[in-house]
Amino acid sequence: MADDLLRLENVSVRLGGREILKDVSFSIRPGEFTGLIGPNGAGKTTLLRVILGLQPVTSGEVLLDGAPRPHRDSSIGYVPQKLAIEPDMPLRVRDVVSLGLDGQKFGLRLPSRARRERVSDMLTAVGAQRYADARVGELSGGEQQRVMIAHALISRPRLLLLDEPLANLDISSEQGIVSVLARLARAEHVAVLLSAHDMNPLMPVMDRIVYAAAGRVAVGDTDRVVQPEVLSRLYGRHVDVIRVHGRILVVAAPEGVDEAEVAAEDAGAIR
Amino acid sequence: MHYIFEPGFFSSGPVHVALAVGTVIAITSAVVGVFTVIRGQSFAGHSLADIATTGGSGAFLVGVNQFWGFLAFGTGAAAFMEMTGVQRRRGRDVATGVVLGAALGLAALFLYLATQSSSTTGASFTILFGSIFVITTSTIPALIVSALLALATVVVLARVLLLSSLSPDIAAARGVPVRAVGTAFLMALAISVALSAVVIGAVLSTALLIGPAATALRLARSPVKAVFTAAAAGVLAVWIGIVLAYDSYYWPPAGRGWPVSFFVVTLTVGGYLLTGLRRREPQNRRPAAQDDHDPEHACSPA
Repeated sequence: MADDLLRLENVSVRLGGREILKDVSFSIRPGEFTGLIGPNGAGKTTLLRVILGLQPVTSGEVLLDGAPRPHRDSSIGYVPQKLAIEPDMPLRVRDVVSLGLDGQKFGLRLPSRARRERVSDMLTAVGAQRYADARVGELSGGEQQRVMIAHALISRPRLLLLDEPLANLDISSEQGIVSVLARLARAEHVAVLLSAHDMNPLMPVMDRIVYAAAGRVAVGDTDRVVQPEVLSRLYGRHVDVIRVHGRILVVAAPEGVDEAEVAAEDAGAIR
Repeated sequence: MHYIFEPGFFSSGPVHVALAVGTVIAITSAVVGVFTVIRGQSFAGHSLADIATTGGSGAFLVGVNQFWGFLAFGTGAAAFMEMTGVQRRRGRDVATGVVLGAALGLAALFLYLATQSSSTTGASFTILFGSIFVITTSTIPALIVSALLALATVVVLARVLLLSSLSPDIAAARGVPVRAVGTAFLMALAISVALSAVVIGAVLSTALLIGPAATALRLARSPVKAVFTAAAAGVLAVWIGIVLAYDSYYWPPAGRGWPVSFFVVTLTVGGYLLTGLRRREPQNRRPAAQDDHDPEHACSPA
């Protein structure tokens, strides 16, 4: 489609003889909130790295605005799963957010009032202004996520990628991050692609789901994708989808079990 | 006043040279040191120092100023480390330890041979533990230019180094040539090690590189403050070290003088330990960064 912001066409990645991604295709439209859901080892991180240009594809194409992704691109923001920093690193929260504006540039820059205000506004927007002067290495996981979201959003990207931002967070921090993301994505018209192994915290905000398992993906509205037939075909074994107390649980049968059943379901599965 | 500054301190030519060169080198080492600690490359700095020792000894054996030996072996080793990626891989510490042991063994041989042939017994000491009072005037321009080169490299790369330390993936995704930046920084590090070796000796050179930086990281919260604090700490250690070393000519055993390196290293370590005492203060002031702070979700159970 012409108005796709990002489009993956038949992307495959093979690393050390193992197929990490198999023929993955999907697209993301401007301002859309997409959940990249799947178990550990499904290829979620590799998929994000492909979009960022950090992982070369074996075959297929990544298109940004309908053209091959340029090498250096500021229209994609990225929040990695973990930061490589120690508590004694002399980087305050405001320094980290400021690096989001021009951390890739050489040379020095002079401090300016406009920049300081822009950093402050961004910190307020993600609810991190209270610890603006704390060292980023001293913060909790949830606080660091907010800071890195501010770092990624301050350069006004059109697409924000987040790698498992909810991993290892307590429930209140989890909800805080999701609501901040949903609010900013709408206000700034930023498309969000967020990976997670649990889709439940994202149900209220997710426009579409990219469900990944065993290197392949199923894409669409949550209701259509999170179905036993679709997921069974994706996993290559029997999968139950259990809805309980408004939550969705995906339970896969142990490997090698019920393959005949999957085949039977496959025959009647809707796409 | 003359209890601190013994007679002749301000009129001594070697003291002037020592103060001027020592200041430039202290600033360079401290600034490079801050980024070395941030990047977690202190061990790389130490490895380069060991190999620079071999270079300095070899240079002395063949009659070249030892600074060139420090510099050639230091940058050579840095290039080798980059090409083999030895510091990126874990589990290589045994191999590294063996190589560094061999480097110092070689240094011992060079020094032995050199002192046998020229009977200058002070040379070993100068190479291993420094000689800021006996800097050859002809090397001063080279020392200053090298220092400015290392300093300029780090200043140009400052933001990129910080972003890469925060997350190499973010830096790479935003078009930073992470590998090339790492190589350039390692070269600046090798130059700083060679320069520090001139002041306090090859074996101790990491003390001037890492010590002031480690102290600064305990005190300063922002990168700019850390750089200035480290530079001030380094310069102070070198200045006081030079004054005390000059004074020590009048200390027992009279007429011998204690080595500058002893004072510089002691002051550096002292500063590091002292700042450790007041470190807990800011942490106590800041409440434990858990769940008590989020007014939006204060009622949700963790």
